[in-house]
Amino acid sequence: MADAMVKAPVEASFIDEVCSVPGGEAIRSCIQCGVCTGSCPTASRWDYPPRQVIAMVRAGLRDELLSSNSMWFCASCYVCTVRCPRDIKPTDIMHVLETIAIKDGLNTKRSRTPTMYKSFVDSAKGNGRVYELGMMLKLFLRTNPFAALKLAPMGLGLLLHRRLPLSPSRIKARGELKAILDKAKALGGAQ
Amino acid sequence: MRYYTYFPGCSTEATASPLGLTVPLVAKELDIELIELEDWNCCGSSPYGSVDKLEATCMAARNLALAEKAGFDLVTPCSNCFVILNSANIHLKELPRLREQVNEALAVANLGYKGGVRVRHLAEVLYSDITPETIRAKVKKNLRGLKVAPYYGCQLVRPDGFDDPESPHSLDELVASLGADVVSWPLKARCCGSSLVMSEPDVALELINKLLQNAQENGAQCLVTPCPLCQINLDAFQSMVNSKFKTNYNLPVLFCTQLIGVALGIKPDALGLNRNIVSPRKVLAPYL
Repeated sequence: MADAMVKAPVEASFIDEVCSVPGGEAIRSCIQCGVCTGSCPTASRWDYPPRQVIAMVRAGLRDELLSSNSMWFCASCYVCTVRCPRDIKPTDIMHVLETIAIKDGLNTKRSRTPTMYKSFVDSAKGNGRVYELGMMLKLFLRTNPFAALKLAPMGLGLLLHRRLPLSPSRIKARGELKAILDKAKALGGAQ
Repeated sequence: MRYYTYFPGCSTEATASPLGLTVPLVAKELDIELIELEDWNCCGSSPYGSVDKLEATCMAARNLALAEKAGFDLVTPCSNCFVILNSANIHLKELPRLREQVNEALAVANLGYKGGVRVRHLAEVLYSDITPETIRAKVKKNLRGLKVAPYYGCQLVRPDGFDDPESPHSLDELVASLGADVVSWPLKARCCGSSLVMSEPDVALELINKLLQNAQENGAQCLVTPCPLCQINLDAFQSMVNSKFKTNYNLPVLFCTQLIGVALGIKPDALGLNRNIVSPRKVLAPYL
């Protein structure tokens, strides 16, 4: 009991944290109907499926949720979002949870998705455009180089069909873009 | 002639190069003037928004700010770029605090965004501005007899698309305007797994298998999609699906602009048909 009371302020802050981000505020009106889970094409893989994710945010189960694989299986198909009877946007909630997990270094080791997303961001930031081949190679070097072997024939096929250029495309205003992103970082998180 | 600012998106230069090649050709035939956004940058795509929301919005906003100067609707052929740019645009209009922060960041590059751009998907421009009737009138090679399954994927129609989010019909009408037989199939707007195909291939391959099976069972000879991620998943990963599920799909997956290009009589060599992993040559042979 004493533990629960000590934990209370932390629990309250988790829902506030999620609600403070664009798209997060609506979860207060969730009725736990489960339409999101029933609509999700990947829900069977989630440690906690979408409906439960929202319940856990409201219950303040911060670390359990953020260190799970759940939100990393969201493919951004938005079926839950267009079906939710309370106009909650579960897809946006999953993205918010992903950003918090990354910020806190809590992302799960059981999904390669966070590493893929970070490889993508590095590529987009550096060149101003995404270099798909570089991103893929970085992903596999950072996770499991052997997994790349399985995908090698597919990659070779793309290469031979002239769909994987060997050098990246870069924008001219890379310096300006970097300055914009550095400023955004200094401003510290969307409010 | 109709004028638009054109945002190609990164993948049109690489994995979706058949799309990048064919959009300008089809646009020319349909009297659409696409003026490429000068020095556009990556829209941010879904991954960036999962890492840092404010930075991601700035990525999109730099493009919106540049497009605002140009003054035309901002058109992209990529469904993911569409969702990202469109959502950022909506958030920047609805959330004054976010707009303030983003403009503070853009100001370091002497840019600013007031919220005056309309973001549109090329498929919407073809459907709503050009219309299937106009396209029908320009068809030189009627695709009669070709059974085409229109694959919408997700982000063309959800969350803020121009068509019904679960039972869309715009691509059906565009395909019909080319004379082709439109295959009706229940999974036409369901998920292919998107980029999870790289990080969690088992999950995505299962979804791709369901889609290919459903299209084939309903009689499709080929699929057509506007989305770079859907196209690569269904096309380039088809052989992995075949090995994993002991199937033998051989279903070409064309970009919408490739199929429209065939019907408009554009030279086959210009349509990037050799870049599709599952060759569409055989099913298209009667029309080339």
